[in-house]
Amino acid sequence: MPIQILMPALSPTMTEGNLVKWHKNEGDTIKAGEVLAEIETDKATMEVEAVDEGVLGKILVAAGTDNVPVNQLIALIIEEGETLESLALSVPAASSPSTQTPIVSTTETLAIPQETTKVAPSLLPHDQGRVFITPLAKRIAEQNQLTLTNLKGSGPNGRIIKADIEHALQTATAKPSAINGETYTDLKLSAMRKTIAKRLTDSKQSIPHFYLTVDCELDALLALRRQANDLPGTKQKFSVNDFIIKACALALIKVPEVNVSWHDTFVRQYHTADVAVAVAIEGGLITPIVQAAHTKTLAEISLEIRTLADRARTGKLMPHEYQGGTFSVSNLGMYGVRDFSAIINPPQACILAVGVAEQRPIVKNGQLTLATLMTCTLSVDHRAVDGAGGAKFLQEFKNLIENPLVLYA
Amino acid sequence: MTQTLTIREALRDAMAEEMRRDPSVFLMGEEVAQYQGAYKVSQGLLEEFGPKRVIDTPITEHGFAGLGVGAAFLGLRPIVEFMTFNFSMQAMDHLINSAAKTLYMSGGQMGCPIVFRGPNGAASRVAAQHSQCFASWFAHCPGLKVVSPYSAADAKGLLKAAIRDPNPVIFLEHELMYGRSFEVPTDPDYTLPLGKAAVVRTGKDVTITAFSMMVGHALEAAEHLSSQGIEAEVIDLRTLRPLDTETIIQSLKKTNRLVSVEEGWPVAGMGSEICTVVCEQAFDYLDAPPLRVTAEDVPLPYAANLEKLALPGPEKIIRTVKTVCYR
Repeated sequence: MPIQILMPALSPTMTEGNLVKWHKNEGDTIKAGEVLAEIETDKATMEVEAVDEGVLGKILVAAGTDNVPVNQLIALIIEEGETLESLALSVPAASSPSTQTPIVSTTETLAIPQETTKVAPSLLPHDQGRVFITPLAKRIAEQNQLTLTNLKGSGPNGRIIKADIEHALQTATAKPSAINGETYTDLKLSAMRKTIAKRLTDSKQSIPHFYLTVDCELDALLALRRQANDLPGTKQKFSVNDFIIKACALALIKVPEVNVSWHDTFVRQYHTADVAVAVAIEGGLITPIVQAAHTKTLAEISLEIRTLADRARTGKLMPHEYQGGTFSVSNLGMYGVRDFSAIINPPQACILAVGVAEQRPIVKNGQLTLATLMTCTLSVDHRAVDGAGGAKFLQEFKNLIENPLVLYA
Repeated sequence: MTQTLTIREALRDAMAEEMRRDPSVFLMGEEVAQYQGAYKVSQGLLEEFGPKRVIDTPITEHGFAGLGVGAAFLGLRPIVEFMTFNFSMQAMDHLINSAAKTLYMSGGQMGCPIVFRGPNGAASRVAAQHSQCFASWFAHCPGLKVVSPYSAADAKGLLKAAIRDPNPVIFLEHELMYGRSFEVPTDPDYTLPLGKAAVVRTGKDVTITAFSMMVGHALEAAEHLSSQGIEAEVIDLRTLRPLDTETIIQSLKKTNRLVSVEEGWPVAGMGSEICTVVCEQAFDYLDAPPLRVTAEDVPLPYAANLEKLALPGPEKIIRTVKTVCYR
């Protein structure tokens, strides 16, 4: 029996994914552990590795196919002693339209079979890129310059028939195309875009957010950072954000009532500060996590964020690197944003929105003077955390930022 | 002006009218004279035309078919009746090698204006040797024309045209249709051109081609399909050689789907030819593979239930039409 390769569930919530690319062709020898294909989940592109040895006998879902359900058969690996031909027997073929079905009636009256001969949809709608289409449908498609690649055929074996083309043309005319000098383009939703849309809508609609804002004086931190980065022989350059992560982590441990998540019947309080950092990537954002950030040195945090962000931008994050987390930080300071309110990333209870560090006039000891200020806004899930708890966290955070030696230690 | 006639009467009238019109026309076969025809098709002809023109033969198809071909070579216009076409196989050499090929082999100097007629196809419980459709056998051969009508009017008009035609014509009737009545024009010069099909029901969703008794099944199926929202166009082929491909293609271009119905076997049958023709001439118009409804690929069983299962009927046609309509 050939080994069946099924669409893997790469995360607990994954129900379908996009098959981005095959790394092996039909007929290639496969060793255990070799990468077979790349699959795009809701957050990242993952590699599927072979567990068994053999020869890739048949690719059943072509590269570029979107929304492939988890556990769908996507390929067959044949073992030693099996041939490609023997595969034909194991691939369930669509039943052919049959005139051999026995007639059910032997009476004189006309017996019309109630069940129409439904032809089972084939597993091979587009066998190796070949599009099955009736001659008529093909001609109409050509006349209307309709591309067939995304069209699903409703006929036997996924055959595209006239009705499918007519349907496609109707939808096409209903949706203005970008060809005729339109002023907009409709962009296809990526898996990530759909996930962001769904989760943040859920969050903003179901979580009672409240917001607490503080200004932190940053001069001491900037001086320390300059000093650290200027140390002879230092390769590592710390960013302000590295300090912020560390400050959040320490503040979370100090004020555990905000290091929580809401679970309807209970509130879960975490013993570690796993800080998720929002990273903008092509087509969306992702939040890689610095696990147990409170136990790590500034240098460790700095290095970790850099590698995580790099991997995020190339779509190579593993699910455990972006799922979970007990708290999030979103920093738009680099864009000059002064302050903003972030949407909570469930099931976490808090997210800190960090603005730009800029010189502002302040009054100190009755004197007008200049200081570098950074405005931070904490969004809080009021179901799990009260105002005083959030305020205590911010107080602690501000204290750490303004006395940064603790962070550098 | 029309009158209601059975197919049996329409065929008899066609022969009588042509025998009155042309003294070189005569009828020959087993039981055609004194017994008035095994299926009573030649009723009254002996009385009107006498034993020189309505001739009973011994039971030897090879003998009297050869006699007829010889008479035709020398200018007479014989109508040779086979009691059924099952027995025509005895006379195959005369039909194919003599009747069909002589015009060609003599360089046009000698033709064979003859009609071979009689019931073709399955009757009812006469078992394997007496139940078979020869349409595709004869339609295969250049030099022959092959006609197989459904209605009485067509039977009359086409038989008269066949008798007047200068070529050998195989005229395939159906035993189960002899007693069926239709409206028939009374005009004694009513003829129909050979090689022309008729659209007997118009529709837009699928083309059903049929001939002989199968036209009736196709029409019945079309009525049921109509109640399910499928409008079938039914073409009565009438002549199987030369086949009216123009009418078939024209209809297919409108409906984009084709089902061929015949009483004969599937392999190398009329349906095989029709499906090939539409693929060759109208490939770009097909929205589904053309399909065939035929008899099962077995000698026809004697048992009544098996016989019914082996022959095509409206149920099979409906099912096949739904397949090509993706329903």
